[in-house]
Amino acid sequence: MAGLALTPEDVTPVAGGQLRQRMSAFLKILRDNGFLVGLEEAQDCLRFAARCDLSRPAVLRSGLRSIACTRLEDWRRFDELFEAYWLKRGMKGVLRVAGTPPKGRGARRLSEAGAPGGSLGTPDSTERQGEEGIGNPADREGRREGASASESLAEADFRHLITAEELSRVHELADRLARRMRHRLSRRERQRRRGRRLDLRRTIHRSIGRGGLPIDLAWRKRRDKPLRLVVVLDASGSMSQYSTFFLRFIHGVLDRFREAEAFVFHTRLIHVSPALKERNATKAVERLSLIAQGWSGGTKIGESLAAFNRQHAARVVHGRSVVMIVSDGYDTGAPDLLGREMAALRRRTKRIVWLNPMIGWQGYEPVAGGMQAALPYIDLFAPAHNLKSLEALAPYLERV
Amino acid sequence: MERNQLADRLAGVGYVADSQLAMALWLMESLARPLLLEGAAGVGKTEVAKALAQIHGTRLIRLQCYEGLDANAAIYEWNYQRQLLAIKAREGRGESAEAVEKHIFSEEFLLERPLLAAIREEKPPVLLIDEIDRADEEFEAFLLEILSDYQISIPELGTVQARSIPLVVLTSNGTRELSDALRRRCLYHFVDYPSEDKEVRILTARLPQIDVTLAQQIAGFVARVRKEDLRKVPGVAETLDWAAALVGLEVRDLVAEPEVVQDTLLCLLKTQEDRLALAPEVTQRLLGKVA
Repeated sequence: MAGLALTPEDVTPVAGGQLRQRMSAFLKILRDNGFLVGLEEAQDCLRFAARCDLSRPAVLRSGLRSIACTRLEDWRRFDELFEAYWLKRGMKGVLRVAGTPPKGRGARRLSEAGAPGGSLGTPDSTERQGEEGIGNPADREGRREGASASESLAEADFRHLITAEELSRVHELADRLARRMRHRLSRRERQRRRGRRLDLRRTIHRSIGRGGLPIDLAWRKRRDKPLRLVVVLDASGSMSQYSTFFLRFIHGVLDRFREAEAFVFHTRLIHVSPALKERNATKAVERLSLIAQGWSGGTKIGESLAAFNRQHAARVVHGRSVVMIVSDGYDTGAPDLLGREMAALRRRTKRIVWLNPMIGWQGYEPVAGGMQAALPYIDLFAPAHNLKSLEALAPYLERV
Repeated sequence: MERNQLADRLAGVGYVADSQLAMALWLMESLARPLLLEGAAGVGKTEVAKALAQIHGTRLIRLQCYEGLDANAAIYEWNYQRQLLAIKAREGRGESAEAVEKHIFSEEFLLERPLLAAIREEKPPVLLIDEIDRADEEFEAFLLEILSDYQISIPELGTVQARSIPLVVLTSNGTRELSDALRRRCLYHFVDYPSEDKEVRILTARLPQIDVTLAQQIAGFVARVRKEDLRKVPGVAETLDWAAALVGLEVRDLVAEPEVVQDTLLCLLKTQEDRLALAPEVTQRLLGKVA
């Protein structure tokens, strides 16, 4: 019945339970649509509803909107959801959404917010549920044996394009890059021990016994979080000549950096840091190639970044993070989605570095639709087709 | 205060609030929750706090956030110069070090910063935490703690309990994602650029001497300027400046005086690029739509 809870009769104590039920069902719809409604907010909604004149939906609407919304997306969606539930308008759209993970909003579900990634290592599918790739942890071990026997195309490429010697040089380079950054961080710590600013409060504490003469000086430390490097690697077909090379590089980075995370995407995004914890480089890279191979279809950069933003960004990206995206920018998805997701990522990070192997090619212009949409949000757009170009990155990362 | 009264009172101090905002402000008091205002720069977020303080006849305490803002600047600090002098003054009296310490770390030497000041007011003040997105995440966590307990602990003095719960307004321009925890703690209101109709009401409320047709023309013109591809979209403050300039120049009809419009556009457009983008032909075209 439309407006059932909106008639004044329902505000009587007898109907209190009914209001409670109606309200919690509504709040569940909001939660399913990514609203952050906790227990406290739910109680406030009830308190408000019990007090206001429910014969005027406009009042209920604006009150609930203030309490339940936490950001602009909520604000924009609220009317639609409110009308569908309380006024039974445009019902279809909401029913479809309710109960299923909201598009583009999964990471904001309350139960998951702030949880330290219980799903570490499990591949996170974006929207698609089809098991077209490997990457299922249960499968990974089993397929490893099978694949090592098979002459897959990915492996052939690997041997064909990069010699063992070259590979170990990549690893060395990643090592060196990591060490230089660590060196920089430790230098910063030494400076802190010498002190930058006087800690007046402690200095005065110490000077009391000396008649107010500040002889023992106390210094204030600057609390700096170490820089975190988050690598997002495109392992699609068009990147196949480079992906093994970069997997090796990523392994070196993860091995050396105190804080680093790695993701690989193609048509969907996989968190690969756990798989790369393998110390033996060859084994680790082998494992990764297995994850990466067998994927097919176009490259969904925008969609993968959206998955990254909503499932991982809150946990792995903070103000002192550098996100390094390695991709040729050929996106089979919509460019404006990529632009939107880049903008969202931009707000969270300190720097976005986009490495594009194509820049090294003669006459290359970043005209691919996706690349165009992403460009405004990139701090450093650099080539990455050979060791030299990677090496050129080190000074930049040190300055960040 | 009743909800309906609130909008009227706000109008009384020259702030034109829609019913949604009035609701948010009312809930803020009745649920004792902070209010988070988001929106582009220049839509009047800060004004909300000012108007709120005015209608309650209470103090407005403002904390402007910036990168690197720390507890010393936001909560309290000791007055070190006075402390040093006090130690010197007591030197000859043979007091024990403990006694001196107790003396110099007492209320007398404490410098209040906005957050401490806000919870120590007798009458609930309006606490405006401006541009929270500019402060670091650490500070945000800190703030969240104060906003849920309304108490501050000072190691040398003990815990300071709030004398009154301030009305807290936070503003954000969205330069950084705020934490979900802080967002959940707050009521939310998105402040958009005013509609043409609302801007007319703002103009007449703030500039009582303005002619209504002129106000309508100004609002219509500004609404169209905002749709142009500009680097810096003019906010309400810019509209008010421009309107004041036009009133001062005794303009009665925008369409009749395109040159004056062109010359006074500097009130609305704050970058060279935008000034170039709004060439006379463009202005003429926009004016044509207003007429």
